[in-house]
Amino acid sequence: MNQRARLSLLVVQIFIFSLLVGLLGRLFYLQVAAGPKYRDAAISIQSRDVITPATRGLIVDSSGVPLALNRVGIAVTVDRTKIDRQLDKGVSVLQSLATLLGLQYADIYQRTRLCGELPKGLRAGCWTGSRFQPIPITKEADPEVALRIVERSDQYPGVSATPISIRNYPGNVGVNGAHLLGFVGPLTDSDLSGANGRSYFRSETIGKAGLELQYDKYLRGTPGIKTVIVDRKEAVTSTRHNTKPIAGQHLVTSIDARVQAVTESALADAVGRARAYGKPADGGAAVVMDVTNGEILALASYPTYDPNAFERGLTVAEAESLYSQKAGVPALSRALQGLFAPASTFKAISVVAAASAGYNLNGNYDCPSEVKVGTRAFQNFESKAQGRISLKKAIAISCDTVWYRIAFDEWLRDGGLKPKSNANDYFYNAAKGFQVGIKTGIDLPSESSGRLADREWRRAWYAHNKDYYCNYKDRAPKSQQSAFLVQLAYENCLDGDKIRAGDAVNFSIGQGDTVITPIKEVQIYAAIANGGTIWKPTIAKAIVKTDGTVVKTFAKEKLGNLPADKETLNFLHSALREVIISGTGSGVFSGMPIAVSGKTGSGEVFGKNANGSAKAPTSWFASYGPTENPRFAVVMMVSQGGFGSTTSGVGVRKIYETLFGVQGSKVVSAKILFPSGIPPVTLPKISPATKVKEVK
Amino acid sequence: MSLYSQRINYRKSSRPSAFAGFDPILTLAVGLLLVMGTLLVYAATRNWYAANGLDPEYYLKRHVINIAIGSLLAWGTTVVDYRLIRAYTPILWGLGVIGLTAVLIPGIGAEVNGAKAWIGLPFGFQLQPAELAKISIIVGMSMILSERTHDSDAAQDRDVLQALVVAAIPVLLILKQPDMGTVFIIGIAVVTIIAVSGAPMRWVVGLILLAVIGSFAAVKVGVINDYQVKRLQAFVDPNADSQGSGYQLRQARITVGSGGLIGTGLFNGPQTNGRFVPEQQTDFIFTVAGEELGFLGCGFILILYLTVLMRAFGIARRSSDPYGKLVCTGVIAWFAFQAFENIGMTLGMMPMTGVPLPFVSYGGSSMFATMMGFGLLQNVNARHRG
Repeated sequence: MNQRARLSLLVVQIFIFSLLVGLLGRLFYLQVAAGPKYRDAAISIQSRDVITPATRGLIVDSSGVPLALNRVGIAVTVDRTKIDRQLDKGVSVLQSLATLLGLQYADIYQRTRLCGELPKGLRAGCWTGSRFQPIPITKEADPEVALRIVERSDQYPGVSATPISIRNYPGNVGVNGAHLLGFVGPLTDSDLSGANGRSYFRSETIGKAGLELQYDKYLRGTPGIKTVIVDRKEAVTSTRHNTKPIAGQHLVTSIDARVQAVTESALADAVGRARAYGKPADGGAAVVMDVTNGEILALASYPTYDPNAFERGLTVAEAESLYSQKAGVPALSRALQGLFAPASTFKAISVVAAASAGYNLNGNYDCPSEVKVGTRAFQNFESKAQGRISLKKAIAISCDTVWYRIAFDEWLRDGGLKPKSNANDYFYNAAKGFQVGIKTGIDLPSESSGRLADREWRRAWYAHNKDYYCNYKDRAPKSQQSAFLVQLAYENCLDGDKIRAGDAVNFSIGQGDTVITPIKEVQIYAAIANGGTIWKPTIAKAIVKTDGTVVKTFAKEKLGNLPADKETLNFLHSALREVIISGTGSGVFSGMPIAVSGKTGSGEVFGKNANGSAKAPTSWFASYGPTENPRFAVVMMVSQGGFGSTTSGVGVRKIYETLFGVQGSKVVSAKILFPSGIPPVTLPKISPATKVKEVK
Repeated sequence: MSLYSQRINYRKSSRPSAFAGFDPILTLAVGLLLVMGTLLVYAATRNWYAANGLDPEYYLKRHVINIAIGSLLAWGTTVVDYRLIRAYTPILWGLGVIGLTAVLIPGIGAEVNGAKAWIGLPFGFQLQPAELAKISIIVGMSMILSERTHDSDAAQDRDVLQALVVAAIPVLLILKQPDMGTVFIIGIAVVTIIAVSGAPMRWVVGLILLAVIGSFAAVKVGVINDYQVKRLQAFVDPNADSQGSGYQLRQARITVGSGGLIGTGLFNGPQTNGRFVPEQQTDFIFTVAGEELGFLGCGFILILYLTVLMRAFGIARRSSDPYGKLVCTGVIAWFAFQAFENIGMTLGMMPMTGVPLPFVSYGGSSMFATMMGFGLLQNVNARHRG
């Protein structure tokens, strides 16, 4: 053995020694330094949370009548951890279950697959929860079917039928309330990602629209969590935590089920009436608001859908119809999202503009059949030539030409196509004072803001569209190359950044690019009615715990005051009353024993329907009542519904008749909805069994 | 054969007792490793087998039988004069080569995890010839490198070449299985034996270079299977193959890390009982120690290995006989690098290869071979004190 060999042995020894020390160092890092991190990772591998959903809080109207409650349904569920252990992976069980429930095997197969198990694009209807929850096939099983599953459990291993709580919209007195209440549904991945700042459990049911979404954090409650430890085969080996669910809190709203029901039916009737006149009437909305505080009593949108369909389990056809153009996009809440030119209902704002410009509200003005503005003639839309009339009458009969003159004069005074830097802009400023183009802030999701087409908007619009209009012949499709549109594009390219005379006169009668939502309209007319206060519309009144304790009351919020003095408002009040007495609303309100005030509107809509017919006007009726000491503002709008009075005015009258207990031309005191004249102020007792106070 | 028989030279040594010369500390350390292994094998299997309606002591019983047979083999290897072992080395080597050839023949060899490493025996027993080949290579190489026909003190090129031939044939057969872990361990043992034999350093350097170039070429040319490339990739980036090797390595690391300083206590590891790490009674047995015994328990096992190896170095150094010294060196390299590869793989320091943890993992062939290696150490200790 030579010296080199001896040395080699020593080198090998040192090398091996250091390898073992290296292992020890690595071990120290993994177990001691990074130990907590790996312990967390291990816990997430081993533990599974089984969620027991909390009972959702009720949504009730101002008298305590439930609008949304929980009903016991029978859920037929499949336990994946059990059927996966069967020799054929549960195929035969699911097949016989499909036969029993009268469903297709493919449907049941799809519903019991975790989304991650299915290829992308073929995941419709997959189970978004975990493997450890019982997966519901239906929540409304026939009790007899359920009994058969329970009795013959040996035939259906892994399948069980259990009573569960399902969300239900009882439809008291025929209320649909879909756009108001919304619906509930399973969490999506974006809900789970915490995008809205809340954390959820996979299996929870959450509000997806309407009040259910807006007040979800109160209604949902806290689910019970049972943490179980599983092995690699996902068999449960032990339980770590177990907390009981805490029921959700109740939401008391300012809605009155009876008013909601009549608003919905009056709206549907209005649509039907318009269609009977040959108008397309593709949608509509109606809102009733308390003018003294902004509380919403009813809010309806047409067409609607069945909010109960989601818990029953949407069929593919139902899901598609919600967003189908052909069905009128029932998912869209037109009261909050429908954007329409306010048309003549905007003249209330023009009155304020004229007053601030110094026009004599008690003076007389010419109402010719048309006014020439530059090279174009602008006609009266709703009325004929009337000669020289008072401004009040001009409002009552909805004369447009009066406003064309005033708007054109003011436009010239502001510099015309070369606007002064200190332009008065009475019309735009009046509209701004009415908060046109700003959301009302109603406590419902997805409100649209509308649009105030003033100078700034025009410039922004031009910057965005200049390129398109200046190259119109190349950019626009062949079907839109008519001489008129080409000329329009040419004009837009030339001076589209400026308010032209036509824009100014159109603005004064609520036409053109300015659009508002029905909820904005009701806010405006409520402000006129109450003497100038702009209220934020609200639906929620209070959050109440299951034991009756009030957790939170929602304060009413004043958003501003109208830019109108008392004199102007007085003039407006008398003019809007005159509409009903002798003007465009007189026909439909003849014989109405309670005095109400309002304004019709028939908004021209450009463009064509799918069948090639020209679009019918938007029918508006904006109002408040009673005329003295107003309490309610009522607005109805029917898209492509024709004239304001005949379509919407009739519907609005129906709503007032119900509110005030009118039968024929008499008030029946037993039928008055709110005998004291005002909706309930105190909070009601909450019970799912509360019935509607019938007025007979 | 004639070459070998010339070299056989019985030494008529006296044998005072069957147990004389046993290194007590080495024996104690190995004994403790066997005890730890038995507990860990039981811990790794009892819950799962009970939960699935099988005998929870199935693996425990078989492991104890393996230890008993292994102990007999160790005792036998100790008491028999190792020159007798050397006399039978050609036969042992030949049997190893035959076994390694047999596993490659379809119908005889059984394929497990992509490697044809097993010979199926009646009654469900399986034999892994590669384990026994390790011993025959170590003994064979030591024989050639220690006894020379020339006058030099150190091994010459010709001796090295002969020794390499002895190692190369079984190694090539194991490569064919393929069992890269075993090839890696044998390769290191071969280089270590050559280095300690006093052979010229160019051999050591050259062989290491050859190994490096060879493994690169193997990956490039595609001699290595897809699953082995995946294992290597998973080693570099544990998230690369999240369902296969990467999954196993990540699970192993999480399981070890979750044990913390003192562990969850024997039989109480949820990761182990939930069997989230595959092969946890064999290749990944160290994860059980990691989770249930913590840093202290794992450190204890490492100290036991350190004790075994350092005692073995002492035996090698003290041995007056070059042959015994080289046998010791080979066994040391084998134990050390097999333990390092196995634990290193579990801790994410080494790529994944399927080698068992000496004295600890469940598995008959490995147990028998390691116990015989242990016997060889004792044998050298008993007879060749310097």
